Amino acid sequence: MKPVRHLHSRTIVLAHENIDTDRIIPARFLTTTTREGLGRHAFQDWRYRSDGSPDPGFVLNRPEAAGAAILVAGRNFGCGSSREHAPWALLDAGIRAVISSEIADIFRSNALKNGLLAITVAEAEHRFLLRHPGLELRIDVAAGEITLPDGGRFGFALDAFARHCLVEGIDQLGFLLRQEQAIQRHEEMHG
Amino acid sequence: MAGRTLLDKIWDAHAVAPETAATPAVLYVDLHLVHEVTSPQAFAELRARGLAVRRPARTLATMDHSTPTLPAGADGTPPFVTPEAAEQVRTLRANCREFGIELLDLDSAQRGIVHVIGPELGATRPGMTIVCGDSHTSTHGAFGALAFGIGTSEVGHVLATQCLLQRKPRAMAIEVRGRLRPGVDAKDLVLHIIGRIGVDGGTGCVIEYRGEAIRALSMEQRMTVCNMSIEAGARAGMIAPDEATYAWLRGRARAPQGEAWTRTLAHWKTLYSDRDARFDRVVEIDAAAVRPTLSYGTHPGMVVDIDSGVPQAGNALQQRALDYMGLRAGSRLAGTPVDVVFVGSCTNGRLSDLRAAAAVLRGRQVAKGVRMLVVPGSAAVKRDAEREGLDAVFRAAGAEWREPGCSMCIAMNGDRVAPGQLAVSTSNRNFEGRQGPGARTVLASPASAAAAAVAGRIADPRDYVVAEAVA
Repeated sequence: MKPVRHLHSRTIVLAHENIDTDRIIPARFLTTTTREGLGRHAFQDWRYRSDGSPDPGFVLNRPEAAGAAILVAGRNFGCGSSREHAPWALLDAGIRAVISSEIADIFRSNALKNGLLAITVAEAEHRFLLRHPGLELRIDVAAGEITLPDGGRFGFALDAFARHCLVEGIDQLGFLLRQEQAIQRHEEMHG
Repeated sequence: MAGRTLLDKIWDAHAVAPETAATPAVLYVDLHLVHEVTSPQAFAELRARGLAVRRPARTLATMDHSTPTLPAGADGTPPFVTPEAAEQVRTLRANCREFGIELLDLDSAQRGIVHVIGPELGATRPGMTIVCGDSHTSTHGAFGALAFGIGTSEVGHVLATQCLLQRKPRAMAIEVRGRLRPGVDAKDLVLHIIGRIGVDGGTGCVIEYRGEAIRALSMEQRMTVCNMSIEAGARAGMIAPDEATYAWLRGRARAPQGEAWTRTLAHWKTLYSDRDARFDRVVEIDAAAVRPTLSYGTHPGMVVDIDSGVPQAGNALQQRALDYMGLRAGSRLAGTPVDVVFVGSCTNGRLSDLRAAAAVLRGRQVAKGVRMLVVPGSAAVKRDAEREGLDAVFRAAGAEWREPGCSMCIAMNGDRVAPGQLAVSTSNRNFEGRQGPGARTVLASPASAAAAAVAGRIADPRDYVVAEAVA
């Protein structure tokens, strides 16, 4: 994995709570056998009207969303299905970070393994970010800190190991493969 | 030393390396279930790195999500919804062959929804760690296993190392006191629980369901409860094994036999939370207060019992959910016109579920204008149901009787609800568009679903069966 140390981008806001992974990438697009190309279907049923044309009212279709890589979302983002296609779709659509006050367990795990920053902030900061779309944020992964345009800073929560892997570009499968001796020992003891 | 929870006991027995502040635990996986949707990219990763599957014997694959539920045509070709779906199934077949993994293919008598066949075969057993690239892996916790869904990267981790990097979840106890009333199903109970604790009430936790009402549930009902743990955000749900568990597993194809059974049973009997074990959170539920319960909104925490009115929207998002569903606050769900009824899924696609639906439909007709789909959870469930004549009951009532699979629960195989239509479904998710773009889903028990099919409207299942038949 390529190291992810800093991110400097604008925010887009999807304030809905409980945005589920079916919403992020509907199941009918999961018949793919690769990781690529899912971005065009990210939030498909919000992004496009039934005739297939983009819904100009949806935040990702607005001009100000172009180039914005930080998604600020309502509480419990990524709930539901374990599909890793959700972070794949977001990354392919240009999203590099998701910030919320709470992120569903499996989504967060999947996101971080793909270098998509899935980070949680305290309620007060979350409310502030939800109220101010289009903010230029600097995210410092190693320091665990977000810097606002006015220089104000606040921390975010991220598992120490996930942070280490992001900053150093450590691939978790490689890490596991190096546990070979311990795994063998366990298998010998437990059959 | 304080007592240990069931989670502690299983966790400790599978920790290849303990968790530290800097690193998660390395957790050994006893059984890895694989299906066509979440595995192709993991196999590709192994291939790219020149890795083998570490323990093929601990890996079992089947196909269920993208597979058609209509029978194969005259030329023997199953009617896949798209060439991509057919390709995904072919890819799993090729991967299993290349990596030496047992595959229960479309022609196997043992195939079915991955969470139905694991228990059915006796591959799911107490004390095991079980994972699958599917969030409803929590189902297997009904047997006192630690079973949870993983993403595709992790599918690759398990294929290559038989292990996962995991932080230990917190332990949450849900104590269900008293007994469920007659005519109230396990599905009603679990919907009630999710309504109580919320769709994120279990985030970061493994839920252990306990108490008299849980002990009184059949294994199939326990699977329904554990299945929906993820809908409360929990990593897993579990129920300590007991006589019902042992009786259910005894003699199953992959369960231990003879002396091995005796030895294993002694171990299983140690799998419970010690009396002085500490849970991070305890929630108490009064079983007698549970009524037939259905969802009214667009997540599984928005539920209401059949006797009560739809709650007022507390904010704009809840109002949006009501608008999407076409429901008004204050009005009862009963009487709402229904377009589609779906009985099936890993939540409610087992034999007892089909019996509960058939008990309502026997001698009755699916209302005019309602489409009802009954999809057995596995080939074995289908055979057993047909042996009992349940298929004849469904067909005579005007329902469609299909081949096993996930079908309309996830709507990726072509079985879907049309835009705007309202479906009463025994599945697990009522998200916007889950059963097809624009589809509106009401989650319900098999009896409630069948009652809706007969009435053409949401109806109280207790009006359709003598209480004993569903108790």
